[in-house]
Amino acid sequence: MTGSPVAPRRAPASRVGPRIFGMPAGRFKLLLFAVFLLPLARWVWLGLADGLTANPVEFLTRSSGTWTLVALLATLSISPLRQLLGQPALLQVRRMCGLFTFFYACLHFMSYVWWDQWFDAAEIAQDIARRPFIAVGFAGFVGLVALAATSTRGWMRRLGRWWQRVHRLVYAIGVAVLLHYWWQKAGKNDFSAVFIYTLVFAGLMGWRLVQWRRRQQGGLSAKHAPRPPHDNHRGAP
Amino acid sequence: MLIRRPSDVRPSEITPEQVYRDRRRWILQAGLAASAMGLSGWTDRRAFAQTTGVKLPAARNGAYVVMDKPTSQKDVTTYNNFYEFGTDKGDPSSRSGRFRTSPWSVSVEGEVLKPQTLSIDDLRKLAPLEERIYRLRCVEGWSMVIPWIGYSLSALIRRVEPTGNAKFVEFVSAMQPDTMPGLRVPVIDWPYVEGLRMDEAMHPLTLLAFGVYGETLPNQNGAPVRVVVPWKYGFKSGKSLVKIRFVEKQPMTSWVRAAPHEYGFYANVNPEVPHPRWSQATERRIGEDGLFSPKRKTLKFNGYGEQVASLYSGMDLARYY
Repeated sequence: MTGSPVAPRRAPASRVGPRIFGMPAGRFKLLLFAVFLLPLARWVWLGLADGLTANPVEFLTRSSGTWTLVALLATLSISPLRQLLGQPALLQVRRMCGLFTFFYACLHFMSYVWWDQWFDAAEIAQDIARRPFIAVGFAGFVGLVALAATSTRGWMRRLGRWWQRVHRLVYAIGVAVLLHYWWQKAGKNDFSAVFIYTLVFAGLMGWRLVQWRRRQQGGLSAKHAPRPPHDNHRGAP
Repeated sequence: MLIRRPSDVRPSEITPEQVYRDRRRWILQAGLAASAMGLSGWTDRRAFAQTTGVKLPAARNGAYVVMDKPTSQKDVTTYNNFYEFGTDKGDPSSRSGRFRTSPWSVSVEGEVLKPQTLSIDDLRKLAPLEERIYRLRCVEGWSMVIPWIGYSLSALIRRVEPTGNAKFVEFVSAMQPDTMPGLRVPVIDWPYVEGLRMDEAMHPLTLLAFGVYGETLPNQNGAPVRVVVPWKYGFKSGKSLVKIRFVEKQPMTSWVRAAPHEYGFYANVNPEVPHPRWSQATERRIGEDGLFSPKRKTLKFNGYGEQVASLYSGMDLARYY
């Protein structure tokens, strides 16, 4: 807390690194990291304050599932936001969003394996085989494992242009997660929350469809027109 | 057209001093009480919905007491399914405060010789109240142990003298649109309707309940009167009853209508018949099984097989789930 930190810090930052919403990208990333930890912090706080309801297992299972979906939608919104808000450097936080999706998915999966099934492998296998609701959620989780495992720079290099194709799997994972959620609510006809999330997902996918169509048409009519910036060849951190 | 003219007599001139001083003190006290309640609500919002404060004396009937440890009053009164108040488990306790339970009457009608409408007081006095400790198993896979107060429904049934055509009993729950915010959501076709076969309704275990934990039922638990059928999943036990109807044909019950592939008319607790989306082999006892201990095995007929299995002899319970 000494000196005048504002002026000297701002000057080099604006010249050097990219900025997100006027903030040095690194600092924005740190801030977002903290935001992504809030659900976890809330659980800890509720746990200490006896606020996890009479059925803590159900609460934590559902809550972790919800936050997985929120993080997934946040990840999918990076590309649209980059373009719509003119913040290309947002790309630098996309992998972190994806990995937080995986993090909450792991907690969700653990709550099922541990608290719901008590590590009974045979029972879990049977559950997955018998119930589409569980199977589709499990498939989404397996997909996230694959994407998280290949999220490193090394794997990006190794897979080359296949990396992006493989990572389009995230769209299918989104569908699986929503289906899993929809099924969980089925039978009680209480789809209001699922509907809102589905609408957001549809919006994000709709934006991609429009972009794709535009690229197709642009490619046919004007070959020399500048292509919109392509996400993955600019080297995500 | 009504033209209001200011009265030329000031209220203070015609209100005796004693009255308005009392009134002021009352307003002050009410204000203090309200803010105290607000403050306590800040620390534990659910605290004061847990009890009605109206004692309901009843002798414990040792023949109907399970040895399991009763679930805490807090959990019994704050973790509820009562969709008329909302689909969250906390909604019934936090959103049922305006529900009117007085005056209340229950109409007993249909295939009976003596149809009648009973006030809640008359209904409560119809037979001696007993305390019974029952297991409750929810179809969602959790369970509780609850000390109910009431008497066997059979006492009421005998009194109204069912005719030979009475094969089933239908229970209709209250519908108060202005006090039940959940009614705005068409989760099921309101009002909530449940039903039992006549022999099930006549079984001594089937309780007409007026209280829980030594007091009258809190709104979220089905005030002022409900049924409790301990060998069936919880949704079979209709709450806040306004009508009990004796009918010849099997009633179309709410959950059967809403999701026939998931919920059946019988809905007997049965670990061997899974719900389409989860197994019913195990259950989590609220307040006991949780983060650090596995779920427990669910017992057929919720452990009441000795008393009720004979009702279903020869029936395929996987088909009639």
